[in-house]
Amino acid sequence: MCLAIPMRVREIDGDNAVAESGGLRRRANISFLRGVKKGDYILIHAGFAIEKVNKNEAKKTLKLIA
Amino acid sequence: MKYVDEFRDKKMVAALADAIRVAADGRTYTFMEVCGTHTMNIFRFAIRQLLPSNIRLVSGPGCPVCVTPNAYLDKAIALAGLKDVIIATFGDMMRVPGSYSSLEKEKAKGRSIRVIYSCMDALEVARKNPDKEVVFLGIGFETTAPTVAQSIIAAKRDSIKNYSVLCGHKTMPEVMDALLKDGSVRVDGFLLPGHVSAVIGSGPYVFLSRKYAKRCVIAGFEPVDILQAVLMLIKQDRPAVEIQYKRIVEAPGNRLAERAIEKVFDKTASEWRGMGVVKRSGLKIRSAFAAFDAGGKFRTGRIRSKENKSCLCGAVLKGVVIPSACKLFGRSCTPEHPVGACMVSGEGTCAAYYKYG
Amino acid sequence: MHELIDELFIGSLGGKTLKEKKDSAVIRLGGESYAFTTDSYVVSPLFFPGGDIGRLAVSGTVNDLAVCGAKPLYISLGLVMEEGLPKKTLEKIVVSIGAASKEAGVEIVTGDTKVVERGACDKIFINTSGIGKIVYKGLEIGRIKHGDVVMVSGPIGDHAISVLSKREGLGFASNIKSDAVPLNGLISRIVKASAGIRFMRDPTRGGLGTTLNEIVRDGSFGIAIDEEAVPVRGTVRSACELLGYDPLYLACEGRVIVIAAREDAGRIVRAMKKDSLGRGSAVIGCITKEHKGRVYLRTKSGGKRIIDMLAGEQLPRIC
Repeated sequence: MCLAIPMRVREIDGDNAVAESGGLRRRANISFLRGVKKGDYILIHAGFAIEKVNKNEAKKTLKLIA
Repeated sequence: MKYVDEFRDKKMVAALADAIRVAADGRTYTFMEVCGTHTMNIFRFAIRQLLPSNIRLVSGPGCPVCVTPNAYLDKAIALAGLKDVIIATFGDMMRVPGSYSSLEKEKAKGRSIRVIYSCMDALEVARKNPDKEVVFLGIGFETTAPTVAQSIIAAKRDSIKNYSVLCGHKTMPEVMDALLKDGSVRVDGFLLPGHVSAVIGSGPYVFLSRKYAKRCVIAGFEPVDILQAVLMLIKQDRPAVEIQYKRIVEAPGNRLAERAIEKVFDKTASEWRGMGVVKRSGLKIRSAFAAFDAGGKFRTGRIRSKENKSCLCGAVLKGVVIPSACKLFGRSCTPEHPVGACMVSGEGTCAAYYKYG
Repeated sequence: MHELIDELFIGSLGGKTLKEKKDSAVIRLGGESYAFTTDSYVVSPLFFPGGDIGRLAVSGTVNDLAVCGAKPLYISLGLVMEEGLPKKTLEKIVVSIGAASKEAGVEIVTGDTKVVERGACDKIFINTSGIGKIVYKGLEIGRIKHGDVVMVSGPIGDHAISVLSKREGLGFASNIKSDAVPLNGLISRIVKASAGIRFMRDPTRGGLGTTLNEIVRDGSFGIAIDEEAVPVRGTVRSACELLGYDPLYLACEGRVIVIAAREDAGRIVRAMKKDSLGRGSAVIGCITKEHKGRVYLRTKSGGKRIIDMLAGEQLPRIC
């Protein structure tokens, strides 16, 4: 029940953002996030951003294993 | 794909599999995952194959489609039969068998049933078709519930009178309590659902380690995430709730999303296929939003729901039996003609076993 | 559907030729071998990025002839139209049919039209049948050997995603165009490049995964595919991850799967790449002695799993 993908924010328009992944663009509702900026990666589920990807934590997770 | 591909890396996966072998040191562990997307990805990435045989992964009641009882489907189908009603649903529900039919079969008969990707798309259908009633089938756990709540908030704000939701949302922590209380489930720990946890945080699971002494790790969905979470579970020297999926999940969760759920929904008892009624494990629409509650808005007449007695979905969902133990598995119940919900959903345990062996 | 075909159609009607279940039937006329095929097209929406139902109807049938080693020659055209279908829509489709036929070098020699009442069909259904002359003999599943390689002529799933992008309720934008195209030009390069071609098929409905399963079904071999080697455009991948689709089961309308002797693989891929329709060609797997009747995938992460026949159409999911 959790299919979601990280997409990059290209434009912001009030409660919505246009996010992109691999050339695919999709409008996403960002009401659940604060301070979304262009270039942020947001996790999209059923047309909504449920979280922002924490880039530092992502790096740390990968470093732990490498 | 950034933040996806790096977590599928072959070398990292192999390194983690080795680390797990070493850390487990021949001891047997059984871990349960309770998210349909975890079940799916474990099969998709052949995770079981990568793990040593002393680590067992079992699937619990994490597929919202599988745990939805026949009564919900029967009601949805009855609503589809009403004049000028358009049913809008996630694709996941289309093939799930109710007591007598499925949404896919009803659509083939000519009923107005549309597959959408987001409930906001369903709201758009309502906007564009003011002479029709759009009923959205609200299923899913705490990852999806906030989105549906938001669609109801938007419908109220914009005075859209022809949009309503048939609420079938369920919540995670209470059913896990019921699962463990019953005693039939024997596991050492849980891989907790990463996206549900993004919303509710880690707090609601603490009882699993305190009351039941189970190890818990909130896990992401890529192979690196799942394996790293398994490693963390093995390495816990005292049962605790840890977060592996740190790039997405924070301990407090997402307050804005939770607030949307709290504004529109209230907790209620809910029936889980194969488990019966579990207290406060489901959501119902609050009276302030009653106009958007499809359950109360339409009259459908008496529906007699029934479950197939030979179907072992319930036991499969509790992780107590594997699909091949069911008499119907692979015989009268296959992905082409499913009897139980576990066979329908792509990540239903039975479908996954059937497809991927 | 496969069961229905076997039990009902072949069961009741099957002579020797029908039982072969090839993309095109190979028949003998006046001492020569010809390929004969038919297909019906019911795609919705009618127009999608990169193509339309008319283009599909010509390409599909031309390709079914070409993969059997035939030079496509003549096409018949049958149209069933819903009452009220706008004339402009029909015109656009017919123009497209003309253009695709010219591209393929085939002649439309006969046709039929029917109008049915509103609701009796979804706007327009098209049936095309085709005849071609066999120029490359012996393409048979039975000729496939252990150790042969499996190749595909380009990225998979473009057609399916371009059609999906136009469906209401899914709301995504992309630059993906359908790959619907007559492939007889590309295929003639392939057959010129090697005498070791065992079998070809175009992965249309059900995609690569279903088509490979069809090939392997009654066989004395298995197929092993390397996920990393299968070409998929980034946009198609993202659409799949977003909606919960598996690219292996997405329909293509301008790709061909080629199974050939290992020693000819390099030459065949080079020949395909010389053609504008084959630039994305790649070796994606091989024919194995192990797991007969099954298709296996070596995933990018290192695990191995079965790719089964697809049960029904894929639907977008949130789980």
